Amino acid sequence: MFGKLSLSAIPYHDPITIGAVGGAVLLGLAIVGLVTYYGKWTYLYKEWLTGLDHKKIGIMYIIIAVIMLLRGFSDAILMRAQQAAATGGSLGFLSPDHFNQIFSAHGSIMIIFMAMPFMAGLMNIVVPQQIGSRDVAFPFLNSLSLWLTAAGAMLIMVSLGVGEFSKAGWSGYAPLTEMEYSPDVGVDYWIWAFQIAGVGSTLTGINFLVTIIKMRAPGMKLMRLPLFVWTSFCTMVLVVWAFPVLTAALVLLTLDRYIGMHFFTNTLGGNQMMYVNLFWTWAHPEVYILILPAFGIFSEVTATFSGKRLFGYTSMVWATGVITILSFAVWMHHFFTMGASPNVNLFFGIATMLIGIPTGVKTFNWLFTMYRGRIRFTTPMYWTLGAIVTFALGGTSGILLSLPSANYVLHNSLFVIGHFHNTIIPGAVFGFFAGYYYWFPKAVGFRLEESWGKRAFWCWLIGFLLAFVPLYVLGFMGMPRRMAFYATPAWHPYLLAAAAGVAVISLGILCQGIQLLISIKERRALDDRTGDPWDGRTLEWTTSSPPAVYNFATIPVVNDIDALTDMKEKGVAYRRPNQYNDIEMPKNAPHGLILGGLVFVFGFAMVWYIWWLAVLAALGMLFTVIARAMDDDIHYVIPAAEVERIENERYRQLAAVAT
Amino acid sequence: MMTTDAMTIGIAHAEEVEHPDTVAMQALGFWLYLMSDLIIFATLFATYAVLGNNYAGGPTGKELFELPYVLGETLLLLFSSVAYGLVMVGMHNGVKTRVLVGLAVTFLFGLGFVLMEINEFYHMVAAGHGPDVSAFLSSYFTLVGTHGTHVSFGLIWMAVMIGQVTVKGLTSPVQSRLMRLGMFWHFLDIVWIGIFSIVYLMGVM
Amino acid sequence: MSQAAIDTTGASRGSLKSYLTGFVLALILTAIPFALVMGGTWSSSATLAAIFIAGIVQILVHLYYFLHLDTSSAAAWNVLALIFTVLIMVLFVGGTIWIMFNLYHRMM
Repeated sequence: MFGKLSLSAIPYHDPITIGAVGGAVLLGLAIVGLVTYYGKWTYLYKEWLTGLDHKKIGIMYIIIAVIMLLRGFSDAILMRAQQAAATGGSLGFLSPDHFNQIFSAHGSIMIIFMAMPFMAGLMNIVVPQQIGSRDVAFPFLNSLSLWLTAAGAMLIMVSLGVGEFSKAGWSGYAPLTEMEYSPDVGVDYWIWAFQIAGVGSTLTGINFLVTIIKMRAPGMKLMRLPLFVWTSFCTMVLVVWAFPVLTAALVLLTLDRYIGMHFFTNTLGGNQMMYVNLFWTWAHPEVYILILPAFGIFSEVTATFSGKRLFGYTSMVWATGVITILSFAVWMHHFFTMGASPNVNLFFGIATMLIGIPTGVKTFNWLFTMYRGRIRFTTPMYWTLGAIVTFALGGTSGILLSLPSANYVLHNSLFVIGHFHNTIIPGAVFGFFAGYYYWFPKAVGFRLEESWGKRAFWCWLIGFLLAFVPLYVLGFMGMPRRMAFYATPAWHPYLLAAAAGVAVISLGILCQGIQLLISIKERRALDDRTGDPWDGRTLEWTTSSPPAVYNFATIPVVNDIDALTDMKEKGVAYRRPNQYNDIEMPKNAPHGLILGGLVFVFGFAMVWYIWWLAVLAALGMLFTVIARAMDDDIHYVIPAAEVERIENERYRQLAAVAT
Repeated sequence: MMTTDAMTIGIAHAEEVEHPDTVAMQALGFWLYLMSDLIIFATLFATYAVLGNNYAGGPTGKELFELPYVLGETLLLLFSSVAYGLVMVGMHNGVKTRVLVGLAVTFLFGLGFVLMEINEFYHMVAAGHGPDVSAFLSSYFTLVGTHGTHVSFGLIWMAVMIGQVTVKGLTSPVQSRLMRLGMFWHFLDIVWIGIFSIVYLMGVM
Repeated sequence: MSQAAIDTTGASRGSLKSYLTGFVLALILTAIPFALVMGGTWSSSATLAAIFIAGIVQILVHLYYFLHLDTSSAAAWNVLALIFTVLIMVLFVGGTIWIMFNLYHRMM
């Protein structure tokens, strides 16, 4: 009746796991209790859960990202603590099975459920406003993508308390992930979480490509787009053309596991390296998907806080395009040691090194933007400066790894861990944090308190260096990755330093939490009443903070790069239009939420082999899609008079600030 | 005059931009989805190329594939694709009955294709040549089966459209959906060209 | 609610004639490779070449006559997306085959 599911799936015997699950359940109940106490269920349902407003969808994405950051970071704390403790004959406090699940969950969560949603959230809030649009191209699809991501995240969260997670790493190599070696549900949780989130991401990719191609304001030619829009565009190109490979690869693995096919098995013709090849064909573009939006944020922040136009706009756009194309041609560098001939390794090694060039172009352009600028050292600027400097180190270690001969020595060692954390954390994560600080006032209506933001930055920067520079050293000393315990005493001091680093990072996270609470408390003082707290250069700063649901009462006309700066210089920013018109906006729709729920049930049923439930959920999905497609009354109209009322209030506020 | 120019900078004429071309956006978005689907098929073709000779002592394509049967499937799909052209012409001329007849003919040909394929798969499995026998058979069943699954979903969509055209008539959203279904249907015939060429024709040589 | 015919992507619409032309061409381009393989008279490399060429030409026929992809500006983004997809397919499929067959030859 319930497939493989039984009460024994709950890990009673493991105190750490039960503690974590218990804590999460209590926290969830507390939140539910608070919402009920304040009577906010209707508000939550109407304004947020069934809403199609891209700005709100963006905020919900970021909430998911922050929750999953805490979950993934807890995994990191456990790993560092275990490796610091498991020396001198001690096996630490985590069994190897548990440790393996932890590093698998850590990577899976951080990449797919922290970084991707964070990025999707920032793009959702910002991109339509930066191109002068009222919404994305497909608002309903946008909602669906959000709830698919949430469904995937729920599957991973549930795997903690019901069953187990994969022990095969975030990369899920065959044949370890085949039934013969992993007959448990862990790999299935991993497969379905990735598959569901992957579909959500692909739909977001299509959505934003069409948005940027078709919904730009008049005069917003391609070569006048803000760099964040250009990098978002290229990122979505990577998403739409790379994620299908992951979808296919996971389907093949699923068929092996569920029907006994032989794509990647040991016997009857399977080829395990084909899995590795397909996985990295997706996963390499994926890491560029993570970094390009952060590069876009650096361009926005350096220009704004240097008070100067971005240096070398055209070369920035070309560099982004070159990185995009090249990132489809380097994937084999993840398995140089597979045993291919020197020619094959050489081709991919050289292609990998070439990516350093456009990245260098970007770095120098940021520096030249700041040169002779009037720099304001705000929190976003701190994060950006720290990122540019530290990311350069990570990029360099990547160039070292791109030499096949060096790679043979360093493959699968902690050097690799050092390299990719050195690019993802100072690169992507610091970039997303900079974006979070930069655009928080726009999304929410008040700024974040500055001094706690700077404290958080220093803790993250110092903590990051302390946690990961020792890993480079350990890599040179020969320590492999993913080790639950070890017998080499020389490694221990470095692992202690790394554990200390994680402790410092957690102080940084604490500072960010304190900052959020203090900022909410002090929001009147931190209020952003003009919508332009930073003297911005791009169109999103012309709207109020938070913007009206329609963003722009009248669509702006663009004449130059840095459209808002151009308007300010010509004295035409904040001109009142002669008249207002009715504005058509998409109605709310519950179908995205319902589909997300059904997809979660489907995934869970497939994991536990509850076939009748899977079939029912699939049928439910089909009927929900058809029901949505039958409804052609999907817009509502905001009358011109209402638009005028909202805009009059906005101008009244602007005038009050000016006096 | 300077002041009039200055006043129009920054504000567009509302009528020009209030209604972005929804149909064109839907068509482009759907086309991009088809491109992502093409990458899925490319991955399956690549897998077939790599694993297609791993017979594991089991049967080869030469032993299993019957070209006259495949030619029959190919013609059914092609007729189906052309029949959809009649749907489009009828739609552009606003003739509802022609659209419905065209959809029904397309559906029947497409259904014939799917039934022939299910029959082919059934006989192979019954004879002990199922996808769990070798990597070659796994990749064959998956590549051809994924195409067949897409066709089947297209048939479901077609049935829904027959319903929508009947109930709502040829409204703008209905026409937009018919166009996208047409793109989907022609795309699947293009993928089939790849399949019959690479899997069946080359497999038998 | 309008019953008027809507513009397609803006690309040229199909007339009955263009669909029928495409149909006949596709029939011919299907018959040729099938006949060659089933007949077996040509050499295997010639037959292979014929299969590829007929296949590619038939795909182009479908793209032009059925999907209305042409050089018009309305179809420009679609054509660009398709060309990009073909580029990526060549990179992926070609790269995969190169890598995996290279491995096969070194291991077997």
